[in-house]
Amino acid sequence: MRNRFRFRIRRQSEKKHKGEYRIVIYADNAATTKMSDAAIEKMVALMKEQYGNPSSLYRFGQGAKEVLEEAREKVAKVIGAQPREILFTSGGSEADNQAILSAAKIGEAKGKKHIISSAFEHHAVLHTLNKLEKEGFEITLLDVHEDGLIRPEEVREAIREDTALVTIMFANNEIGTIQPIREIGAICREKQVLFHTDAVQAIGHLPINVEEDNIDMLSASSHKFHGPKGVGFLYAKKGIRLTNLIEGGAQERGKRAGTENVPGIAAMAVALEEAVANLDNYTKVVKARRDRLIEEIGKIPHSALNGDREHRLPSNVNFCFEGIEGESLLLLLDEKGIQASSGSACTSGSLDPSHVLLAIGRVHDVAHGSLRLSISEETSDEDVETIITSVKEVVEYLRGFSPIWRDLMSGKKQFIL
Amino acid sequence: MALYSEKVMDHFLHPRNVGVIEDADGVGEVGNAKCGDIMKMYLKIDNDTITDVKFETFGCGSAIASSSMATEMIKGKPVSEARELTNKAVAEALDGLPDYKMHCSVLAEEAIKSALEDYESKNKAN
Repeated sequence: MRNRFRFRIRRQSEKKHKGEYRIVIYADNAATTKMSDAAIEKMVALMKEQYGNPSSLYRFGQGAKEVLEEAREKVAKVIGAQPREILFTSGGSEADNQAILSAAKIGEAKGKKHIISSAFEHHAVLHTLNKLEKEGFEITLLDVHEDGLIRPEEVREAIREDTALVTIMFANNEIGTIQPIREIGAICREKQVLFHTDAVQAIGHLPINVEEDNIDMLSASSHKFHGPKGVGFLYAKKGIRLTNLIEGGAQERGKRAGTENVPGIAAMAVALEEAVANLDNYTKVVKARRDRLIEEIGKIPHSALNGDREHRLPSNVNFCFEGIEGESLLLLLDEKGIQASSGSACTSGSLDPSHVLLAIGRVHDVAHGSLRLSISEETSDEDVETIITSVKEVVEYLRGFSPIWRDLMSGKKQFIL
Repeated sequence: MALYSEKVMDHFLHPRNVGVIEDADGVGEVGNAKCGDIMKMYLKIDNDTITDVKFETFGCGSAIASSSMATEMIKGKPVSEARELTNKAVAEALDGLPDYKMHCSVLAEEAIKSALEDYESKNKAN
């Protein structure tokens, strides 16, 4: 019988240096990403040299306006849209809010107060829908099934005479599953219903063309593709009348007041251009590492991958481990220099674990023991091996003193996974 | 500013008294997997004194630290004193817990009390 239980912390390299916290292996890119060098350079250069207000008449201000419009052209080109169809926002949440509220207003004017979405959208979408529900809208949340994928036929079946909008995320932020957006978009075109997609996790990671993918509105967030935080954009097809969230000056064709964050927007455009230009290489390299993680971590007994194996983001790995809890898992990985996230209740700050895991049918007991790893091109092969070893160690360690694991092993409780 | 104090991290990374007692005099299990926190405490009691205590926990950093600290606080103490243990005392001994984690210290207190109640009922039976 062990008298003293000790966790041997094998630090891969010095983590705490003179009180400064240093990242060792950052595997939480779905939460946020490091800015690319080019994006940082662009942003700093503009902050130093071009601090003009794009609305000012003098040449210096017009210079800032030029930078702004250049960024707009870049972003539009990358997604196959027209520059005038791009609206810059403070991020993905704002874009989601504006897209959905605009579509709701358009529908309401025609007597259409039904909206279709999915059970595992980001809260920026779900809470906006809740708000509309209180204003008399009817919301249908489609089942995402055990594999975390929407069935296009179910979208078709759900569409009614009074459907104002279909809003389905391009790729889920927690389990990384990629939705059949093109097919869903085609159905919406056919039925003449507006189609919005929260593409926050997909832009810069998957090929997206708004024309080919039949998308009417799209939300994006800069800090998910190595751009700065606090910037994003909303694509809205020509002809869609947007409703303002923010009233004031005439910026963004009068649809979003406020002096534009020129350095941030320009940096975002640079980051997006880079990401899309590099997409083939990124996909190849990151997918291979993701697959290695999935294969090895999957060998841990009584564990399960969350979300479809094939239709998932190149960077996303998400597992449930029976018998342990997510926050303790993350803290221990952090001690080993690995930064990741989880869908446990403790990490969500509520009593329920992540609504995404519950939506794909994971029961509470198992959903609490979840781990999300989202790697980037910077995550090396060595990092991947370190992650594998560390996850295996930490899961074993926590199971070593979990009363649930003891009951499972003794047969007192039935294994779920 | 870290999420947890040094003391909490210490008890979380190096939990004291982990394990089971096969022939325990009192066993208490509280919490449920649905909430994401379960603590099980085992007590060995001789002459109304807690001679040994072990715990197992399924839960977050605060939960593991709280249960570890709670066992340290009652080990070697008379049963009467252990009965007076409060979650506040556990949290204080850990140099504090974030507000939304205080319930973990409550669970630790309840686990100890549950084990003591079990001991009491076994004792009465004898």
